[in-house]
Amino acid sequence: MAKVHVSTTVNGQPMDVLVEPNDSLLDTLRDGLGLTGTKEGCATGDCGACSVMLDGRLVCSCLVLGAEAEGKTIDTIEGVADGDGLHVVQQKFLEHAALQCGICTPGFIVAAKALLERDPNPDETTIRYWLAGNLCRCTGYDKIVRAVQDAANELASPA
Amino acid sequence: MGDYAYAAPATVDSTVELLSSSASSGTRTQVLAGGTDVLVQMRSIDRGPRLIVDVKQLAETNVLSIGEDEIYIGAAIASAILNENAELKSKLPGLIESADLIGSTQIQGRATIGGNLCNSSPAGDTIPALIANSAVCHIVGADGERDVPVEDFVTGVGTNCMADHEFLLGLRVPAPKGNTGDAYLRFIPRTEMDIAVAGAGVRVTLDDSGTCTAARVGIGAVAPTPLLVPEAGDALIGTQVDEEALNAAAAACSAAASPITDKRGTVEYRIKVVGVLCKRAGAIARDRAKAR
Ligand SMILES: Cc1cc2nc3c(=O)[nH]c(=O)nc-3n(C[C@H](O)[C@H](O)[C@H](O)COP(=O)(O)OP(=O)(O)OC[C@H]3O[C@@H](n4cnc5c(N)ncnc54)[C@H](O)[C@@H]3O)c2cc1C
Ligand code: FES
Ligand code: FES
Repeated sequence: MAKVHVSTTVNGQPMDVLVEPNDSLLDTLRDGLGLTGTKEGCATGDCGACSVMLDGRLVCSCLVLGAEAEGKTIDTIEGVADGDGLHVVQQKFLEHAALQCGICTPGFIVAAKALLERDPNPDETTIRYWLAGNLCRCTGYDKIVRAVQDAANELASPA
Repeated sequence: MGDYAYAAPATVDSTVELLSSSASSGTRTQVLAGGTDVLVQMRSIDRGPRLIVDVKQLAETNVLSIGEDEIYIGAAIASAILNENAELKSKLPGLIESADLIGSTQIQGRATIGGNLCNSSPAGDTIPALIANSAVCHIVGADGERDVPVEDFVTGVGTNCMADHEFLLGLRVPAPKGNTGDAYLRFIPRTEMDIAVAGAGVRVTLDDSGTCTAARVGIGAVAPTPLLVPEAGDALIGTQVDEEALNAAAAACSAAASPITDKRGTVEYRIKVVGVLCKRAGAIARDRAKAR
């Protein structure tokens, strides 16, 4: 198969990568660029474990072709923390024990951060609908919702 | 067999040329919009190699214009972008709701109305709402451009009237005038992320006395293709869109349905539910028309 050459920006870094034409962006991130923080749960758009930002919009990277990343800006879980300093959403997931096995967590954090950037003060219903495309088999969701609410509070009035 | 390949031509002409040349050389080709159907199918029921032709980078498929007479929705515009457009939402709330029903936040960031229509599933949620709104498909191909009413576009389960060298540029929707309102409702067993058991879209226009002067009803998931139900629209025209008229429209929808039984619902259930949805969507469309 003729590989496709892709120039893209991932977490602020310009990157060049060769992809198979039928590789998903998830394949490209994990296997081509070694960014394995983004997870594959289903590969069919149902679970949200593969959530990334593509030109500032939340998408499932399993439903985007790697080739489509040409000229685009991608932000993944690897870019969420600032060096050793966790993002407030990450910190709140830890404090609220909003994860068990952790497979769904990168997707939830990317999605929750995207929500708080557009709606700094979401109510519980908004949070639950926004995160409806992120599935978790372990936590039962309540702790995740509390963590996101707490992150919103913290962002509104930093301690 | 051949291999997978990906192309993102820069112009409409070069897209049509590519589609035409691969059609004549027998290369399997598939147009790509948001990919939320294409990639799922590539990973499951249909893995065969093909040339994927991405049409999202074309200026023409990204046009979103709200004119006096016509609202134009380019085929590459993601549902999330439509939903964030307050003017569009206030003019065509039913159509935008039908697009908003598709999948999660992540899916919304990619899925297009054009892709929903071109996928041509009997249960595609935007299709009955497009039909109710008299939307027209703006198609381009080797023979130039043509317009096809949405109700004539889908020809069977997963098939439509476009030739191999054609693709959808966008959708033309007549702008609502005066007291006009639309609505779309579907029934699913869950509250989110599922396929419609039945769906109904309604658009009505009322005069100053509240009498209905125009009405269109589209139904989905109850026949091999989404359907325009002229008898349901006719049952509303000339009435106040009251209980009696809505019951008549509902009965027309049930009569037009020829569904199948599957795990989501039986024939009898779908026939009943599509009528109920028409009645409820009709009442919402009427109230929206009055509020304008
Ligand atoms: C988790 C999940 C939930 C979903 N929920 C729903 C739902 O509730 N209701 C629903 O109706 N659908 C649902 N879908 C299906 C899908 O998201 C929609 O059908 C969506 O609108 C498809 O749009 P797209 O732009 O992603 O299309 P694509 O996947 O890019 O294309 C779909 C089809 O149309 C063709 N096509 C696309 N654009 C053009 C064009 N411009 N010209 C010619 N052909 C074209 C493609 O070749 C392909 O055959 C869901 C999908 C997922 C993964
Ligand atoms: S891996 Fe992409 S949604 Fe599940
Ligand atoms: S923590 Fe295990 S799936 Fe969410």
